Amino acid sequence: MNTPPDPGRLYREFAKGIWKENPVFVQVLGMCPMLAVTNSAINAVAMGAATAFVLIGSSFLVSLLRSFIPKQVRISTYIIIIATFVTVADFTLKAAVPSVHKELGAFIALIVVNCLILGRQEAFASRNSVRLAVADAIGMAAGFAFALLCLGATREILGSGSLFGHLLFGEHFEPWVIMVLPPGGFIMLGVILLFFGFLRERKIRRRTRVSEEAAS
Amino acid sequence: MTRRDPRLLLQSAPFLRRGITTPRLMVDVLIALVPVVLAAVYFFGLSAILVIVAATAGAALTEWVFGPDRRRGGSLTDGSTILTGVLLGLCLPPGIALWMAFLGGAVGVGLGKLVFGGLGQNIFNPALVGRAFLQAAFPTAITTWTQQGAITELLTIRPSNFALPFMQAPAPAADAVDAISAATPLGLMKFQNIPTGVEQLLLGNTAGSLGETCAIVIIICGVILAIRRTFDWRIPVSILGTVAVFSTIVWLFDRTEYPSPWLMLCSGGLLFGAVYMATDPVTSPITPRGAWIFGLGIGLLVVLIRIWGGLPEGVMYAILLMNAATPLIERIAQPRAFGRGRAVA
Repeated sequence: MNTPPDPGRLYREFAKGIWKENPVFVQVLGMCPMLAVTNSAINAVAMGAATAFVLIGSSFLVSLLRSFIPKQVRISTYIIIIATFVTVADFTLKAAVPSVHKELGAFIALIVVNCLILGRQEAFASRNSVRLAVADAIGMAAGFAFALLCLGATREILGSGSLFGHLLFGEHFEPWVIMVLPPGGFIMLGVILLFFGFLRERKIRRRTRVSEEAAS
Repeated sequence: MTRRDPRLLLQSAPFLRRGITTPRLMVDVLIALVPVVLAAVYFFGLSAILVIVAATAGAALTEWVFGPDRRRGGSLTDGSTILTGVLLGLCLPPGIALWMAFLGGAVGVGLGKLVFGGLGQNIFNPALVGRAFLQAAFPTAITTWTQQGAITELLTIRPSNFALPFMQAPAPAADAVDAISAATPLGLMKFQNIPTGVEQLLLGNTAGSLGETCAIVIIICGVILAIRRTFDWRIPVSILGTVAVFSTIVWLFDRTEYPSPWLMLCSGGLLFGAVYMATDPVTSPITPRGAWIFGLGIGLLVVLIRIWGGLPEGVMYAILLMNAATPLIERIAQPRAFGRGRAVA
């Protein structure tokens, strides 16, 4: 029971969240913060960090308490644990970076209902050891933050001609107003999903071609 | 036994064909657009050609790169992409930067058509998707109308066409052509309550998008296309009829506040949209009853948006909204194959 998992397994659980089972590009989870707060790269980073804190913290705690939580009330227990970490994140952001907290507004509190977090508790943390659960949470959080940053950076570059507040194109940039508005989030997310779908399909095509050549 | 009887020809229905193919249809419409393009060049100079070419290039390049055909560019030969590009170019203002027109063509074909699976699968008219994207992305540039010219200014090119990609147009010099901005007849009516004369509207001597100003040319081309049965005549007729009736009712309530039915019919993109955009065979209903309902919906929406909406013009949104409703319209307008009475779905 207490044998530590081998490092290879640990690494695999971490790495799958970044690319192979990326929460946004593959599982299409957590769309609400994805669309709502990615109109600039800095907001995306703040949201990614807050989500990572909540996800890692609650995965750790849920995995630690997994033998004490009764099956019948597990979901509400997870929610209470998640809500605790969200409150901590909320107050910390408010104290440390009030301007970012103001930008993100209600979406910090809404991390509670991010189905990515609850999904990881139910699917992974509640049935694996603490080390594996934390490795999984770090991987998923990194994947989520990566996706947020992809979307936030493209939308900020096109929508205001800047990245992290630095002007990229000079004064005379013509902003694509739509990109900082909600429809721009949907369009850009669609384009990014299309791109990742294309990459996946190409990989599968190559693999089948290789196996066909090997067979013939 | 294996030899076939030479006198017996086995064939399945249909036996009557009109010999119309997709490329024929598209080329028909493209030919009917030539007078509209010439009118645009007459009033707006060489800028018109540049904008249309840029939009078409964006559309064609996107189709070439992402098109469904295995053979590179194979789907370009059906002409529909070129038509989309030309239509998009004709509904842009003359002073728009060429990179925006190019982007509009690319977005229209990419997001309006190819993501749905190519020609015949799209829900929305691709040219209007491109324009709606530009309207949402660059609301200022797409509503900056420059003064129309005359034959003497045929070779004028507006410097704002040549803004660098992603950049704003440089501020125009005081004597440049694009220094004089103008309002469209609908904008004049809505914001300053100045009506424009009908003869001006018919001839097209007003500010506006490239292809929409010259009413008489569009009407003639539309009648020719309808006689050739290139499109369903019911759609433009029901759109224009609804607008005429509805705007007359509104106008009779207050003749100074609301535009007259003539102004409504001949101004803005209504004629262009009714003839060239709403009749897109992919995104409009094919049943006769469906065509009437479709046109009725567009007409009502146009008048609603123009009179009570925030924008002076609403043809684009009206057509796009009814495009979305087309599958539902088809369902309720299904003709019954045999017998009478209500069809049982």
